[in-house]
Amino acid sequence: MQKLLLLGDEAIAQAFIDAGGSAINSYPGTPSTQITEYVIKSKEAKEKGVIANWCANEKTALEASIGVAYAGKRAMTCMKHVGLNVCGDPFMNAAIIGTKGVLVVVADDPSMFSSQDEQDSRFYGHWAMIPMLEPSNQQEAYDMVFFGYELSEKLGTPVLYRIPTRLAHSRAGVERRNPLPQNPLTEPADASSFVLLPANAKRLYRNLIDKQPLFTKSSEESGYNKYFEGENKKLGIITSGIAYNYLMENFKDGKCPYPVVKITQYPLPYNMLSKLYDECDELLVLEDGQPFIEEHIKGFLGKGKKVMGRLDETIRRDGEMNAEKIAAALKLAPAKGMPVPEVVTNRPPALCQGCPHVDSYTALNDVMAKYHGKVFGDIGCYTLGFNMKAIDTTVCMGASITMAKGAAEAGIFPSVAVIGDGTFGHSGMTGLLDCVNEKANVVIMILDNDITAMTGGQPSSAHCKIAQICIGLGVEPEHIREIVPLPKNHDEFVKILEEEINYNGVSVIIPRRTCIVELKKHIGEKK
Amino acid sequence: MKKDIILCGVGGDGIVSVAKIISDAALNRNLYLKQSEIHGMSQRGGSVFSHLRISDKPIYADVIPEGQADIILSSEPMEALRYLPFLAADGCIITNSEPFVNIKNYPDMEKVMAELNKVKNTVAFNANDMAKKVNARSNMVLLGATVPFLGIDLAELEASIQRIFGRKGEAVVNSNLAAIRAGYEFAKK
Repeated sequence: MQKLLLLGDEAIAQAFIDAGGSAINSYPGTPSTQITEYVIKSKEAKEKGVIANWCANEKTALEASIGVAYAGKRAMTCMKHVGLNVCGDPFMNAAIIGTKGVLVVVADDPSMFSSQDEQDSRFYGHWAMIPMLEPSNQQEAYDMVFFGYELSEKLGTPVLYRIPTRLAHSRAGVERRNPLPQNPLTEPADASSFVLLPANAKRLYRNLIDKQPLFTKSSEESGYNKYFEGENKKLGIITSGIAYNYLMENFKDGKCPYPVVKITQYPLPYNMLSKLYDECDELLVLEDGQPFIEEHIKGFLGKGKKVMGRLDETIRRDGEMNAEKIAAALKLAPAKGMPVPEVVTNRPPALCQGCPHVDSYTALNDVMAKYHGKVFGDIGCYTLGFNMKAIDTTVCMGASITMAKGAAEAGIFPSVAVIGDGTFGHSGMTGLLDCVNEKANVVIMILDNDITAMTGGQPSSAHCKIAQICIGLGVEPEHIREIVPLPKNHDEFVKILEEEINYNGVSVIIPRRTCIVELKKHIGEKK
Repeated sequence: MKKDIILCGVGGDGIVSVAKIISDAALNRNLYLKQSEIHGMSQRGGSVFSHLRISDKPIYADVIPEGQADIILSSEPMEALRYLPFLAADGCIITNSEPFVNIKNYPDMEKVMAELNKVKNTVAFNANDMAKKVNARSNMVLLGATVPFLGIDLAELEASIQRIFGRKGEAVVNSNLAAIRAGYEFAKK
């Protein structure tokens, strides 16, 4: 078959379709979005009846996958690294159940290109005690989806599948395999395993512990972890995922003089690493992420042979891995470019020209200038309101509403929350219920631009339902105000804000106008 | 054969999509290829870049190491300078000379041009004007100007344009072909 030019994300998506995947349920998040988007747009997937959905959040998405697995079919849920926090509950418990046929694909974002932290998902997988896969290139990304499902079904465990930004968003040629049929609808072999009452859970947790040696055996034998011999035994190198590429980039002839263990499957292969430790004088651990392997090898006391990596800052602990950092660690002298001339100034991302959020923030700034209040922001394009000095905080999905509630109760007035329609559907609703129950003195602006804009225009789960949801949660209808954020409506917008700030209770203002990027896309399509 | 190319510009200006045409031509010649880009927040009017690596040997890293890029292809003059640490000693810059000013402290253009001219192999020209003349996008003109340095022939890129834009109709194909030729003729001189 001819090679396809695919992003790492797309390679995973194509493999999901080809490996007989039945349903993909996800929540968009950079850099994972293009996996599910690819399946949604795939004609082939449609013809095969593959279910492909954007869900309200990562928790609802992963729970749907556990349901698919209950029916005996292959499921996938994709998210960005912080999404794994949102679905931590079903994630840990899917491991206890021993859920078969589920791949949890998590895209980490070292260097935080579009994220609020650098958390490394491998710690989660280790904590849940399940196998993990971490492909090093696009072809492996494709192949390891097949392998992941085999592993999951054979050993009775969900599999955590980790990729970093640079693999998610980099294209290369990928060779496809012959497609597999979907699994038929079946009853679970052990139905009680899905009932996590203490009596069952105790048995299942013991099962999970007993399966650990099998997981490790697979890591030793699957062929996805490799031991490369090297002549110079002064140093042994361990790489994880794409860090292998950055190492080899430094050896143009493709020959690294040191022995290397290339890790793409976890739990760590004990025998391979033990051999490397015994053979070499010192070890260097190269990971695109946090020092996960390094911490395991080194241990708390760090006794024994010297282990270098990010923990001892042989390589800076923060930021993504690259070939240059490895060259420095190996004391090589790579080519250097010219410095960035002083004349170059920063060009930070900004809200687009014509973006509805700009009008909302302009009105908000005008009003807030009269008070000593605070504006609690949230996650999305409108986080860029920070550059307009319009928001004071951004913590995590949904935290605008709940932080505004806490701050209002602690004495801040006015306490304003700003959240987008997508994020409101993701995790704003429950916080709004808290506000209503306590009759908190808050003004909540739900910026409705019809879509999830930041990740490229996915449907927003609360689309066309925001006002009804607010009424349903108990917000008084006369304090739910809608407005079209346009310069010509500025005065009316300011008036509404003033009125609602001075109402002692829960107010919701919904500025609604379509995202300008989305609008242009539609105009373009009509042409 | 090995070409490491940095494509750069400002979020939303479409420079990164030029990579698709070069990639198509490279794949058609059975070359190895890796192309890395950044999505998400940084796309919103900020600096954007893509790393495109083409080689007749397998490629390891998805990103180009510092000091190894053969070409910086930029839709904006100051953005071209931002990626100088990646440029090899004998590398070249192909850039639009028209600034895109969406920040308050955009530097003095004379200083920007002076820095660009310090690089021996710089081709800087007003791609917007040239594109207007043939009713096409400036990015295609810039791509044309890259051809003499690319190691891929004009005819191969033309074939890729046919493949990629074919379904959008003859008019689109022709305006893109005119743009790439105009850029090529300019840079050849």
